[in-house]
Amino acid sequence: MEFFEAISAKFNYWIYVIIMMIGLYAMIAKTNMVKKLIGMSVFQTAIILFYVSIGVKDGATIPILYHDQVHADHHHDDHAHNGEHYDTPHGTDHETDEYGYPSRHAPDVVIDGDDFANPLVHVLMLTAIVVGVSTLGVGLAITQKLHREFGTIEENEIHDMIKSGK
Amino acid sequence: MIEQAPALILLFPFFASIIVALAGIRIQGVCFPITVISMAASVLSGIAILGQVVNNGAIRYRLGGWEPPMGIEFRIDALGALVALAVSVVGLLTAIYSKRQVPAETPDKISQYYTLYLLLMTGLIGMVITGDAFNLFVLIEVSALTSYALIAMGPRRATLAAYKYVIMGTIGASFYLLGVGYLYIKTGSLNMFDIHEQLIARGIFDATAVLVAFILITVGVWIKMAFFPLHAWLPNSYAYAPTTSSAVLGPLVTKVMVYVMIRLTFTVFGADYTFGRLDWSDIVVWMSVAAILAGSISALAQTDLRKMLAYLIIAEVGYMVGGMWLANDMGLIGSIYHIIADAFMTLCVFLFAGIIFTQTGKRDLNALDGLFTKMPLTMVGFLVGAFSLIGIPPTAGFFSKWYLIQGGVASGHWEYVIALLISSLINAVLFFRIIEIAYFGIKPAEGHGGHHHEELSEEGPTEASFSMLLPLLVTAAMLIGLGLYNRDIVAIISDFVSQFNFGVISR
Amino acid sequence: MSSSITSFTPVLAALVSLVAVLPIALLGRKPNLREGATFLAGIIKFGLVLSMLPTILAGSTIEYTLWRILPNIEIAFRVDGLGMLFGIVASSLWIVTSLYSIGYMRGLKEHSQTRFYSFFAVSLSATIGVAFAANLFTLYLFYEMLSLATYPLVTHHQDKEARTGGRTYLTYLLSTSIGFVLPALIFVYVKTGSSLEFASDGFLSGYIGPSEGLILVLLFTFGFAKAGLMPFHSWLPGAMVAPTPVSALLHAVAVVKVGVFCILRVYSGVFGIEFLKELDVASILTWIAAITIVTSSLIALTQDNLKRRLAFSTIGQLSYIILGMALLAPQGATGSMMHIAMHAFGKITLFFCAGAIFEATGKKYISQMVGIGKRMPITMAAFFIGSLSVVGIPLAGGFWSKFSLLQGTAEEGHYWMLVTLLISSLLNAAYFFPIVFKAFFCKPGESQYEDKVEEAHPAAVIALSVTAIATVVFFFIPEPFYSLAESAAAQFFAF
Repeated sequence: MEFFEAISAKFNYWIYVIIMMIGLYAMIAKTNMVKKLIGMSVFQTAIILFYVSIGVKDGATIPILYHDQVHADHHHDDHAHNGEHYDTPHGTDHETDEYGYPSRHAPDVVIDGDDFANPLVHVLMLTAIVVGVSTLGVGLAITQKLHREFGTIEENEIHDMIKSGK
Repeated sequence: MIEQAPALILLFPFFASIIVALAGIRIQGVCFPITVISMAASVLSGIAILGQVVNNGAIRYRLGGWEPPMGIEFRIDALGALVALAVSVVGLLTAIYSKRQVPAETPDKISQYYTLYLLLMTGLIGMVITGDAFNLFVLIEVSALTSYALIAMGPRRATLAAYKYVIMGTIGASFYLLGVGYLYIKTGSLNMFDIHEQLIARGIFDATAVLVAFILITVGVWIKMAFFPLHAWLPNSYAYAPTTSSAVLGPLVTKVMVYVMIRLTFTVFGADYTFGRLDWSDIVVWMSVAAILAGSISALAQTDLRKMLAYLIIAEVGYMVGGMWLANDMGLIGSIYHIIADAFMTLCVFLFAGIIFTQTGKRDLNALDGLFTKMPLTMVGFLVGAFSLIGIPPTAGFFSKWYLIQGGVASGHWEYVIALLISSLINAVLFFRIIEIAYFGIKPAEGHGGHHHEELSEEGPTEASFSMLLPLLVTAAMLIGLGLYNRDIVAIISDFVSQFNFGVISR
Repeated sequence: MSSSITSFTPVLAALVSLVAVLPIALLGRKPNLREGATFLAGIIKFGLVLSMLPTILAGSTIEYTLWRILPNIEIAFRVDGLGMLFGIVASSLWIVTSLYSIGYMRGLKEHSQTRFYSFFAVSLSATIGVAFAANLFTLYLFYEMLSLATYPLVTHHQDKEARTGGRTYLTYLLSTSIGFVLPALIFVYVKTGSSLEFASDGFLSGYIGPSEGLILVLLFTFGFAKAGLMPFHSWLPGAMVAPTPVSALLHAVAVVKVGVFCILRVYSGVFGIEFLKELDVASILTWIAAITIVTSSLIALTQDNLKRRLAFSTIGQLSYIILGMALLAPQGATGSMMHIAMHAFGKITLFFCAGAIFEATGKKYISQMVGIGKRMPITMAAFFIGSLSVVGIPLAGGFWSKFSLLQGTAEEGHYWMLVTLLISSLLNAAYFFPIVFKAFFCKPGESQYEDKVEEAHPAAVIALSVTAIATVVFFFIPEPFYSLAESAAAQFFAF
């Protein structure tokens, strides 16, 4: 049972590892270059999933402050800490609140970070997605060039052609 | 203006790349001058930064007005300033070299080539000066994506090599990104200095997540720097790429990744963690010994000049990884000094290889037949580079070996010392083989020869154009200069190294 | 007692020939002016060295620090008795060799003479640099510079044979210097943390243990492979593919003597005689030297190629010098240092003669030299004097150094070494005198030459006569070498 608990408690990690391994397998084992690139994309997506999952908190909502939230006298003192505990300073550590996201916008209003999913990881992942898409693009462009030059996108065939000196 | 230098060193090539991309399509003539001017401006900013850092200590430069650790900051200390300057100088020299090469090798893609080139420089310089772990990832990928493209601009085999590089490089970068993710979970920060402070403040060095992060980041960076046995992507990429590409990638990419390794190990994890808690020194130094020997021996087996040099890079990466993991100040100093020295040595020999390829049209070592009489200046430049790689005083390569061996002796890692010496000797064999071909010709006369060479000198290749020779000779001169002034450079490096108390750690 | 004077002269003496490369290279199309530049540089160099002689004889040293290259290591020069002795030998013989080169190179119409003279000048710079080096680092720097600068000279002919010879040359010299000396050097630096500056009583004592000490001694002794100790001697016969002036000056004087000089320097200046005695290495080192002496003499007997025979003879004679120092006795050390000078003059004469014969007749083999004395009387007379000196028979300077060496062995009770030296002298006689004898006193039908005097190019003949005469003169007046050697020895044994 402990084993299942260990898995279910951190299921997000397991999922990302499994997806990642699927991607890695495709990158290594496939000879078709487009399939390899698909594997690469899966691999990167797994990491994006991992990042997004660490920003999640139980019962938290999207990190957008409404106008009335900032200006109304809204108290959060009685908020129940029932979510999984993530050590993000803007999440739980009130000492580091001077760096915290909400306090910067509304220093006179106390907003508990636990109400909101960590927005930073989303921002990061937007960038990472862009990077991933660019990599995929470059990879596909290179594959296209290979196809122009060798007439195939099967890696082993290209190797044979190089070996036979064509 | 001067206080903006940390941004300018990066922004000059960045904005130039946009200009080149837009204007270059219509007027191809502007690409080269804009590239050179922007790189020269970047070099000047680099000098300004170094001056500031040496006089006033580390610079913190905030981007976009956000306070760290939330906002991205550039933090440039002595180490960063030095490496950033070296990177921009290499970028400038290669840019000058590219004047005739780029139109000759990629005639229909001149503006694209320079755009990529400038973006690559942006990425590389950014990697050196950034103080933010995620920003570093983005910059690693900026430089990686551009290098894939720069390599793929070569002919057939280069494209294939570039494809493999895409796959390997992405794995490396993804590992790094994952590692940063774990660190973020534990510390809630992405600012390198803040991560370190959080690690200490929270006392979580023992956490498994930190260990996992360390391993993922290290392996990721190792893939990117082609640390044996994760080097498979490198040799063909650098051997078949257009000559300008290999002349800029060869010296810089691996070296900057070594810098990143040192930065992450010392600034993020700290010397106490890496050498005190983990105590993997022995294993990693042995791995670096394997890298040095494997790289050198593979280089011996090559008949293709640039491929041989590519394998040498793998050996040199072994030098630096090993030097850092010797876990003492001399090893680290040697490692850092070698980043700079090796950047210029590699540049020197790759420029030479490019010139030879252009002037003779041949890839293999036989292209060098009798070149001492035909291209004396080129050969002088090459000799300095070769001597530096062998480690003959007073070139820079000798002194980096001096510090590294000193570190090896001090820490009792004799296997590392012996590997360095063997590698020096193999380099001697490699380069004297080239020198022999260039000096005696492929088939020297049986008897009292010599006279026939003077007859031959009329035909065959001639000295390269000024735009190619100048960078080569400047690099050669710099190698000697770096050697003679190594004490001043090491004094700057010591500023960085002295923060870490190896005395406590070393056994 | 020994004061030190700061002066730029040693630096100038070392660098003057390096600077001379520029005019030599620029005047490449005007051979007379080019050789003029060589001579001028040679004379200035010799003058600079000589100008320091009185100071050194008075017991002072001359120092100059050029450049601080590593955190506490400097490129620095210091002239003392030993360095002075070697400096005089090398710089004076350069002038004579330049004269000889003109005769030889023009007589044979060699190609690339400009390159030849340029690298010759660089080599001399490195040689004097070694002689005047004030610390181990500077010594190593110039030692490596010499290895590389002589490579184009050794391989001058650019043919297959030269390539093979050049390969052997560099393989031995670079692998030993990078493989042995460099790590030993860094080890010493790490252990002592000092500036590596030579001290008259060494600076290693107290920093390293006996086993480390023994390893270091061996690393340095074999690492300076220019000294030709067996089994690292094969480069020297290989280097005989070089034009004869190169063999003469570099492979009988400059390069090989740099090797033994370095060993002497390290023994005295790094280890210190007292520490070497503590390490008890005398017997090991003398035996290594003795084996080399006897073996190389026996090999020399079997060589028919004259230059190769001379090369093996050199290997043996170099080990005399190491043996003398390894006795760790004042007399031995004096003889050892004297031998640097005396052997130099004798052996360079012999090489000059070999080259003159080749230039005039094209003959390289001893078996082809029967009766040559009638045709080239001056050359063969000089050859006789040279061999007298090398064998160590009176009326030639070599006698004194050998005498001191024998005295040293006897004083220290190393009777086996005494016997070795005597056997070696007999062997020396056995491989030299038959050549001279056959050259002059062959049966009428045996002679391969007509009775017509036809010497080599006059420049070559003058050069070999000068060194032959000098050899005789040093028998009667062994100054200044004797005083220099004695004062240097006195310093080493001052404890």
